[in-house]
Amino acid sequence: MKYMLLFVDEVDWERVPEAESRVMFEKVGQWWGQHSQAGLIESGAQLQPARTATTVKFNGGKPVATDGPFIETKETIGGFAIVNVPDLDRALDLAKSWPAQGKVEVRPLVERGEA
Amino acid sequence: MKSGRSSSGGKPSTPPGSSRAATDAALSTVFREEAGKLTAALVRFLGDFDLGEELVQEAVVSALEHWPKEGIPDRPGAWLMTTARRKALDHLRRDANYNRKLSLLVGSPVSEVAGESDDRLRLIFTCCHPALAREAQLALTLRAVIGLTTAEIARAFLTTESTIAQRIVRAKRKIVESGIPYRVPEGHELTNRLDEVLAVLYLAFNEGYLATAGEAAARWDLANDAEWLARLLVRLMPDEPEPHGLLALMRLHLARAGSRFDAEGGLMLLRDQDRWRWDRGAIADAGRLLDQAAAMGRPGPYQLQGAIAACHAMAGSWAETPWPEILILYERLLEYWPTPVVRLNRAIAIRNAMGPAPALRELELLQSALDGYHLYHATRAEVLRDLGRPDEARAADQRALELTTNPAERALLEQRLG
Repeated sequence: MKYMLLFVDEVDWERVPEAESRVMFEKVGQWWGQHSQAGLIESGAQLQPARTATTVKFNGGKPVATDGPFIETKETIGGFAIVNVPDLDRALDLAKSWPAQGKVEVRPLVERGEA
Repeated sequence: MKSGRSSSGGKPSTPPGSSRAATDAALSTVFREEAGKLTAALVRFLGDFDLGEELVQEAVVSALEHWPKEGIPDRPGAWLMTTARRKALDHLRRDANYNRKLSLLVGSPVSEVAGESDDRLRLIFTCCHPALAREAQLALTLRAVIGLTTAEIARAFLTTESTIAQRIVRAKRKIVESGIPYRVPEGHELTNRLDEVLAVLYLAFNEGYLATAGEAAARWDLANDAEWLARLLVRLMPDEPEPHGLLALMRLHLARAGSRFDAEGGLMLLRDQDRWRWDRGAIADAGRLLDQAAAMGRPGPYQLQGAIAACHAMAGSWAETPWPEILILYERLLEYWPTPVVRLNRAIAIRNAMGPAPALRELELLQSALDGYHLYHATRAEVLRDLGRPDEARAADQRALELTTNPAERALLEQRLG
């Protein structure tokens, strides 16, 4: 089954001292490398910080672009991975091993064409 | 919907004032033994949790209609399987995608259903998967593993049938859509997942056990159902000590259940209970379970709670209660469950082992965490009374009274307040 792991940051990495954030990014890099090599990660990306976000809202059907993420909280979406694993337990194992902590939402993808 | 269930456990399993027909008890026993086995087997054959569980539920409802009139068949498991298959055919005809499942179903002999202990464990662990909300785990476990109908579960939790039905539908949908595996976890994963299962069984037990005398007997049945589930778990996982501890804990509570209320349905405190009415056989049995668990050398919170309950149950009188030992057991329990409620219970042990002054000091530390909990204030009232501070004790009892709606507890507090 395919799942999306949605990585939620609870800290603003730009405000974390560089020595500290560098260690974290290295660990995150290792995590991606290890699980991509094992064939578990199909795709994914780290996102630019939430300050770069622009949100399009449909006010009464009329699209309007506004500055900022779709929801204003201290938690921001830092990235995502699409993984392909046998079941939810294995997807949760991957999420639990995520080095940057914060939160990881695990959601199955809608897969079509299956009997 | 018929009420086809009753407690079938040993005495004292019936609350005052309720009487059940023998056929009800027989039905209950049959469902507990057969429904979970059948569900487990069908889910495995079909690879479809939702469909497997639904089929058995329909077979159970059908049995509730037929058996009271026609008698329980010689092989109830086979009867349920045949009925479940017939229901399956109806479902499958409507859905072309289920052809593959149909062939699986037709090819599954009933004999394979028996003795599949792994199957039932799989079912239990799936129903209690941490990705499901606790209330969904509870409802699903009671329905899929014990074969309770949605109506029975609703009566036990004092809620509506549609609430429970919705809860179960959502839970099953999540199992299917999010890919929750039908599997017994292994290795390090097992410990955490077993904790989850034990928590569900303990919650079910408490829901039933804490029911007051006047409440629906279905709530009381829940305590016996949970005890049955714990017994099943011990049988399926004989090398795990914590299920032994939980089963012992439940047996010890049930052994004293008959003396919890007086003839008028009023609550009797442990101190005032007639210990001659306790079920000595069940208490000794629980002691053996705790010994077996201890021999495995892996202590845990349920074994500790079982040991605490055993200290109370084995004391010949209130005065003979071994409080210093109980205090030590609470200290150890806090290492696993460092919660304010466990600390409150330890404070009660401190009061009885060391006196009211150190107990009050401990209680003051819990003020902010437990200010909304009636037993906190009731305990504080007793300690203040010990210390000769009756006005503050009265105020604390008053506060406890404001915080509980349980009629038996209210009556007791009102009596204290005079």
